[in-house]
Amino acid sequence: MAEMSYRDAVAYGIAQEMRRDPRLVMLGEDIAAAGGVFKTTVGLLEQFGPDRIRDTPIAEQAILGAAMGAAMTGIPVIAEIMFSDFIAVCFDILANQMAKTRYMTGGQVTVPVVIRTHNGGGSRFGAQHSQSVENWCMMIPGLKVVAPSTPRDVVGLLAASVRDPDPVVFLEHKSLLATKGEVPEGEIVDELGVAKVVREGTDCTIAALALMVPRALQAAERLAEEGISAEVIDVRTLVPLDTQTILDSVAKTSRLFTVEENPRLCGWGAEVASIVSHEAFWDLDGPVVRITTPHIPLPAAETLEDMAIPSVDRIYKEIVEAMD
Amino acid sequence: MSTETFDPQLLDYANRPPRLPSPPNEENDRLDIPLDQRIRMYELQQELRQFEKRAYDLFMQNLVKGTSHLSLGMEAVATGFAMAMRPDDYTFATYRGHAHTLARGVPMGPVMAELLGRRSGLLGGKGGSMHLTSVEHGMMGSYAIIGAHLCIANGAAWSAQMRGSDQVTVAFFGDGTTNIGAFHEAVNFAAVWNLPIVFVCENNLYMEYTPIDLVTPVKNPAADRASAYGLERIVVDGNDADEVYVTAKRLIEQARSGGGPSMVEAVTYRHGGHSRADPGKYRPKEEVEAWLQRDPLTIYHQRLLRLGVPEIDLTNIAQDVARRVDEATEFAKSSPPPSPESLMTDVWADGGSSWRR
Repeated sequence: MAEMSYRDAVAYGIAQEMRRDPRLVMLGEDIAAAGGVFKTTVGLLEQFGPDRIRDTPIAEQAILGAAMGAAMTGIPVIAEIMFSDFIAVCFDILANQMAKTRYMTGGQVTVPVVIRTHNGGGSRFGAQHSQSVENWCMMIPGLKVVAPSTPRDVVGLLAASVRDPDPVVFLEHKSLLATKGEVPEGEIVDELGVAKVVREGTDCTIAALALMVPRALQAAERLAEEGISAEVIDVRTLVPLDTQTILDSVAKTSRLFTVEENPRLCGWGAEVASIVSHEAFWDLDGPVVRITTPHIPLPAAETLEDMAIPSVDRIYKEIVEAMD
Repeated sequence: MSTETFDPQLLDYANRPPRLPSPPNEENDRLDIPLDQRIRMYELQQELRQFEKRAYDLFMQNLVKGTSHLSLGMEAVATGFAMAMRPDDYTFATYRGHAHTLARGVPMGPVMAELLGRRSGLLGGKGGSMHLTSVEHGMMGSYAIIGAHLCIANGAAWSAQMRGSDQVTVAFFGDGTTNIGAFHEAVNFAAVWNLPIVFVCENNLYMEYTPIDLVTPVKNPAADRASAYGLERIVVDGNDADEVYVTAKRLIEQARSGGGPSMVEAVTYRHGGHSRADPGKYRPKEEVEAWLQRDPLTIYHQRLLRLGVPEIDLTNIAQDVARRVDEATEFAKSSPPPSPESLMTDVWADGGSSWRR
């Protein structure tokens, strides 16, 4: 067991998979010589050489296109898109090409690509470098979507994503990069589509993703002081979505809160709320409540950004209010 | 352009000066291509021509639904390149991909059945006219969003480079594609990575319904951009299969031997409109007439006669192709629609479409 930062866990997880599969390659802007602008790929060029770790031009369509074409012809690829906001400039390759080609060709083509990207707010970067774009990806049939919240899960879910034969968008949260956690020795491989109950409770269920998981856990601590026992679920992967773990928890607690960093409309929690209200209506003692960023572009100033993204305080207050 | 000074005649494309083709080059008779190969190239052009004419007829009978983009008049480009490719080389095409698919050896029956949306279609009816793909023939797909496939084709070329397989990728695109960002991203990327790929612009003078010269600041939309990426400026007669072939052979050999990417612009003309819905009335009559006279099949037919092939042999080839097109049509018509179960298959590599547990 070693303590490791979320940032270092990314390179550690990539290295684990590159050692396992000698075909695996990675490309992206500034990922090789510079080790990535977020330093999530430090040391990989030295370990695996310039043929497997490749710097590219600033050309996101070229990056994802090359990843797709290589994957279709037998080479699994990890592609880095520096900021998840930039997915917008290569959305055609992601949403129209990678996601649909298998279906359109009657199953002739397989696209084993992992698109790693740095997602989420809290860095005071403003509206074009801070977004939580998980919903952009979740709404496209043919894409899997993964968002780890701990260094250990970075390694385990990255391995699962690389080994998955379908295109996977792997969202690394910028505000978690400096956080630390225990990473067990040896190979770590998780399964996509498996949520984790990270705190057990009996009065309500809080489903959260990525940066919202530690915040939900802190809110649960404070709720406990108020005599509210909250169960916290780290959703971990949006596609496939582990609805069973959430439904089982709601059967026990009878209340559900989702905590989402994405802007309000069509957030992943809306889909969860829809499923729970349809399939577990009689388990519920009250409405499903979504705690989200308002439906606004993210502001740059720290005071404003902190008001926008769900904070421990806001999560706590909204739950207390709803449980009253 | 303010409305006061706007002259609607500027947009009356059909009354613009026609862009007329130069006369066919009889010198190309002497290109070093064996006669039996030339006869096969004639046969292939007949296959592409007659297949697409049949596809058009089947639209008119409402047996083909949706849309379709025909290459009638552009057969020499697909033929010249396919003949120069190795069986394991990769083709990437656009939504105008029937000819490129057939030219790689994909049988007519499943292609026709795909156009009709039938179970025995090449893609089981799930892709349709614009997405023809046959991986076993090296036909890596037809892509219907302009430009994207050039980026994807780079990936196949990169993969071949990494695997040391000596495979070459050939990516076809239209003149209109040269104005979208993905084109420039792709060519730049291929050049800096020295990828084994040939970019082939089929310049048919119109981007959909608009003359390409009205939306492009250079005369040759692909060739005149090549130098920006350190590539040679190459323009060929896209209606002369032999001229296309010798150029294709040179550029594919260059790519295969590590010489990197290239780009060629094949100037041609489509006999019909952009798609099923388009009668192509924006083109000057005189221009259409001149290009119809300069039909690649006519050019090739006359060349083979000059080279001593008896007319009856060519007639027999055309008749044999007609019979095979009939068979493909019957094959397609007799096939049932796709199974209802296939609706929910093959979203994922496990064969299914489940998104939850």
